[in-house]
Amino acid sequence: MLENKEYKVIGTRPIRHDGVDKVTGRALYGADFQAAGLLHGRVLRSPHAHARIISIDTSRAEALYGVKGVVTAKDLPDAGDKIADLGEGAVNLKHLCDNILASDKVLYKGHAVAAVAATNPHIAEEACTLIDVEYEVLPPVLEVRQAMESDAPLLHEHLKTTSMGETADEPSNVASHIQHKLGDPEKGFAEADIIVERDFVTGTVHQGYIEPHNATAHYNADGQLTIWCSTQGAFTVREQVAEILQYPVSKIKVVPMEIGGGFGGKISVYIKPVAALLAKKTGKPVKVLMNRADVFEGTGPTPASFIRVKMGATKEGKLTAAQAYLAFEAGAYPGSPVGPGAMCIFAPYSIENVIIDGYDVVVNKPKTAPYRAPGAPNAAFGSETVLDEIAEKLDIDPLEIRLLNAAKEGDRRADGPIHPRIGCIETLEAAKAHPHYTAPNGKKHHGRGIASGYWFNIGLESSVTINVNSDGTINLIEGSTDIGGTRASIAMQAAEVLGIPAESVNPSVVDTNSVGYTAVTGGSRTTYATGYAAYEAAQNVKQQMIARAAKLWEVDEANVQFADGEFSSINGKEEQISFRDLCARLGETGGPIVGSGTVNPGGAGGAYATHVVDVTVDEETGKVDILRYTAVQDAGKAIHPSYVEGQIQGGAVQGIGWALNEEYIYNAEGEMTNASFLDYRMPTCLDLPMIDAVIVEVPNPGHPYGVRGVGEVPIVPPMAAIANAIYDAIGVRMTELPMSPDRLLKAMGKI
Amino acid sequence: MRDFSYIAAKTIPEAVALLDEKGESARILAGGTDLIVQVREARRDVDWMIDIKSIPEVNVLNYDATTGLTLGAAVECYKIYADDAICDAYPSLIDATKIIGGTAIQGRAGVGGNLCNASPAADGIPPLIVLNASCVIVGPNGEREVPVEDFCTAPGQTVIKKGEMLVSVKIPAPANNSSSYYLRFIPRNEMDIAVVGAGASVTLDAEKKTIVAARIALAAVAPTPLFAEEASALLAGREVSDEAIDAAAEAAQAIARPISDMRGTAEQRTHLVGVLTRRALNGAIQRVREAT
Repeated sequence: MLENKEYKVIGTRPIRHDGVDKVTGRALYGADFQAAGLLHGRVLRSPHAHARIISIDTSRAEALYGVKGVVTAKDLPDAGDKIADLGEGAVNLKHLCDNILASDKVLYKGHAVAAVAATNPHIAEEACTLIDVEYEVLPPVLEVRQAMESDAPLLHEHLKTTSMGETADEPSNVASHIQHKLGDPEKGFAEADIIVERDFVTGTVHQGYIEPHNATAHYNADGQLTIWCSTQGAFTVREQVAEILQYPVSKIKVVPMEIGGGFGGKISVYIKPVAALLAKKTGKPVKVLMNRADVFEGTGPTPASFIRVKMGATKEGKLTAAQAYLAFEAGAYPGSPVGPGAMCIFAPYSIENVIIDGYDVVVNKPKTAPYRAPGAPNAAFGSETVLDEIAEKLDIDPLEIRLLNAAKEGDRRADGPIHPRIGCIETLEAAKAHPHYTAPNGKKHHGRGIASGYWFNIGLESSVTINVNSDGTINLIEGSTDIGGTRASIAMQAAEVLGIPAESVNPSVVDTNSVGYTAVTGGSRTTYATGYAAYEAAQNVKQQMIARAAKLWEVDEANVQFADGEFSSINGKEEQISFRDLCARLGETGGPIVGSGTVNPGGAGGAYATHVVDVTVDEETGKVDILRYTAVQDAGKAIHPSYVEGQIQGGAVQGIGWALNEEYIYNAEGEMTNASFLDYRMPTCLDLPMIDAVIVEVPNPGHPYGVRGVGEVPIVPPMAAIANAIYDAIGVRMTELPMSPDRLLKAMGKI
Repeated sequence: MRDFSYIAAKTIPEAVALLDEKGESARILAGGTDLIVQVREARRDVDWMIDIKSIPEVNVLNYDATTGLTLGAAVECYKIYADDAICDAYPSLIDATKIIGGTAIQGRAGVGGNLCNASPAADGIPPLIVLNASCVIVGPNGEREVPVEDFCTAPGQTVIKKGEMLVSVKIPAPANNSSSYYLRFIPRNEMDIAVVGAGASVTLDAEKKTIVAARIALAAVAPTPLFAEEASALLAGREVSDEAIDAAAEAAQAIARPISDMRGTAEQRTHLVGVLTRRALNGAIQRVREAT
C-alpha cells in the first residue's frame, strides 16, 4: 500500500499560477475574443416543446441590412444512420446534429432552429425575428413516468428500447434498459427483519456555471478551421465538431479560452458547430454568445428522475438485500446518466444481494449533459434516505449503520468491479470523530442529518510536455482546461519530481495543435490523470538531466543521484550541481531538454464522502435554513488542499441548491418558466454557513502520489443529508426534490 | 436590443412635454434597474428614454416631524435608509428599501420607480400603503394626488396618463405610539422577488395595549399590491391579542386572489398571507412597545 508520506511541494498551498490574471480581470474568456471583421451570431430557438418543422423561410432575415449569413440544419452534412464515436461511447450522429440545429422536429423549447451572422449582435437578434418557421405543434411529454406510458407522445418515431442486448419491436420513449444483479436478491429480502421501500422524485437541475457558452470560429482560406471557446475539453470539441461537420480533425484547431465554470456542462457542444457553419458561409470570423435563458433552455441540465429504492436489513442493522429502479429523463435524445447512477447507488455498502434496473427515457426537455457525478446524486437521494429510515426504525445511529455495512477493499460492486483500496470506512470514522457530529442539537425544529456518497472517478488520456528553461524553471504545457485550480495541482506534481518550488513551474493550457491528446476536464480526472502525465514528463526531464550531469562529470548515469533538487555523483570525486545550475548548462551538454509524459491510467481510485448537516425549519413557511455543514471526503492525497477544500465546498453548495430550491419549472405547454438566475434559485452566500471541509487521505495505489479525484463526489450526499435533517427537525420524510417551501408546507399538512 | 433615443430632461415641464409628444413610445428612466433589463430582454419596446435624474423636484428627500416626508420619484433607496429621522419615522419603508435587489441595486433603484413599474410583488408599495402615502403626479393639465393604494391598476399598469409623470410621494407624519413593519417571504435569504409581501402599520393607545388604528397591505397576491381595508378596520379599537391579530390575518387572506407561478403556488401564497400578516402586525406592535 502506498504510504501517506510527507512531501516538499505536495500538500502545500502556493498561490495559483493563473490567480493574478483572474483577479485583475486580465484573463481572457471566450466573450473577450476580438478579431478584425468579426461578425456576431445569434441562434433562433424553438418556442415549442414539441413540434414538427414544416418549413423555414430565411429570406426576410437575409434581406436585412447587416446580415451576412443565415444557416439551418440544411447546412449540416447529411448524418444518415452514421454512429459517431466520440471516445466516450457511440452516439447516433443524427441525434448529435439535430441537437445543434433541428432538422425535422423540435424536441424542446429552446431547441436551436437557425442562426444568423450579422455585423452586430442587435442586427443578428432582429434578423432572428424575421425568420419564418412554420410548425405543426405536437403534444409534449415532460415527465419520465408519463413518457414511459405506452400511449405517450413519441419523440422519435424510430427509437426502440434496447434491453440488455435485445431491441424491442415497437417504438418507445424508453431508449434503453440496463440491469445489474449480484447474489440472490429474493433470498436477501427473505432474510431481512426489516424492509423499507420508498419512491422518490427529483427535479431537472442545471449546473449553473456563471459564464455562458461562447464560441468564435474562423476558416482560413486553406480550409483550416479555428475555434476559440469556453470548454472543458478542447480535444472533445475538436472531435464533436469534426463528426458534426464531417471534417477532418487535422483541419480543426480548438483554442480553449479561460473557463468560467462547467461542472460537466461544457463538454457537449452547442454553438461551436453553429459558429463554424456561419464562419464558413460568411468567410469571416463569427462569434456566438449565449445569454442566460439560452443556457437554461438550450444546453444540457442534469435529469429529473423517478427512483424506487427497497432495502432490507437484519435487526442488528446488517443490510441483506437492496433493490433500485431508476428511471432517468434523458431529455430530447438518449443518453441520461442512469448508467453511472446505477453504478453508484449502493456502492458505499457491502451488500451481497442487489438488483438494479435503470431506464433511459426521452422527454421534451433539453438533452441532458453531465453534471458533477452525473446520476449519482439522484440515486443517493433515494438510497441514503431509505437507509436513514431503516436506522431510525432499528434505533441504530445513522453513522453506525453505515459503518456496519461500509464497503471495503475486495468487495464487489453490484455492477461488477471489485473495490481496490478505498476510504469509505476512514471517511465515516472521520465524520464520527468530528465535533459537529457530537455537538448538541436539541432545539425545537432543528434537525441533523447525514448521508454518504460514492463516485468512481475516471482516468482517460492526458499528455504533458515540459520545456526546461535556462534559469532553472520549467514551462509545463498541458491540454486540460483549468476549472478548479488544476494548473497549480498539476504543476505541483512536476515540481515535486524535480525538487523545485511550484512557482518555478509555468503552466500553460494550450490549443489542440500544441499538445498531445488530452481528454476532458471531467470525471474528477484532471489532477489525477494530467497530474500523472506531468509526473511522467518530469521523470522524463529528470532522466535527461541525469544524463547531462553524467556527461558533465564523465561518469555513468547510474552513478548520478538526484535528491532535493541536487544532482550528485559519489563515484570517484564528489560532484554536485543543483537543478537550477544544470539548467544553465544544457547548451553545452547537448542542447535543450524537452520532456514528455502521456498516460491513460486505469487506476482512478473511487471517492467517498459523508456529510453532516444541521437545519432549522420554519414550520409556518416551510423554509429550511442550513445552520451547519460538515463535508468529509477521501481525497487520496490532497495535492493543493485549498483547492480540494474548494471542490468539496462547491459540491456541497450545489447539492444544497439542488436539495432546497433548484429546479426547472414547466408550464403545461412545456415552457420553462424560470429560465433566469432570479427564479432558478441557486443558493447565495447569505443562504449558506461556512462549509467545513474535512480531507481524509487514503492514498490511491493507482497514482504515484495517491491522488483520487475530488470534484464530483461532494455533490452526492447533500440532498439525502438535508432530507434526513428535515425529518429529524419536523418528523416529515421528504421524497421529492427540491424540498422547497411549498412542498414542505404540503408535507406538513399546512396547505 | 434595438436602438432607442435617450434624452435627459432638465425640468418637469420639459419632461411632461416630451412625454406628451412621444406617448407610448417613451418611458421615464430613473434608476433603470427594471427598465434597462426589460428593454435588453425585449420585454418592453421603448423608442425614447427620458432620463429625469437631473430634475430637482424628483430628487427631493425632505422629512419634517409635523408635515411628514416628501420623497422625490428618483431618490435612490440607499439615501432613504441613510437618513436616521426617516428610519425612525417609517420603519416599514426602511424594511423594504433594504431588501429591494441587493446593495448595488439599492444605489440606483428608488421607490418611485418601484411604484411606476407596478409589479404586483413590489416590496416598496405595501409600506407606502400602510403609511397612508399619496402619489404626486404632474401632467399637461397640472398636478393631482392619488393615494398609493389606487396607483397601480394592473401588472405594469398605473393611473399615470399620457404626458403625466410621478414627481414625488408624500407620507404624512407618523402618529404618536405608531410604527410599521414590512416583510416578505422568499425561499432564499436575498436576491429574490416576494412570493408574498405583507406590511402593517399600527397606532396604539397611550398604554400601548389597545389598537387605535391599523393598516395592512399585501404584495404578490393579486394583480396589484392590495390595501387590506377590512382586515385593517377589524383591528381598530381592539386590545392587542392573538385573537385580534388572527382575525385580521384571516380577513387579509380572504381578499388575496393569488395565482400559481414559478415563484409559488396559489395555496402557498394564501397560507403565507396569514403567516406574514401576523408577523407584520406583531412586528409593528413590538416596535411601538420598544420605542422609548
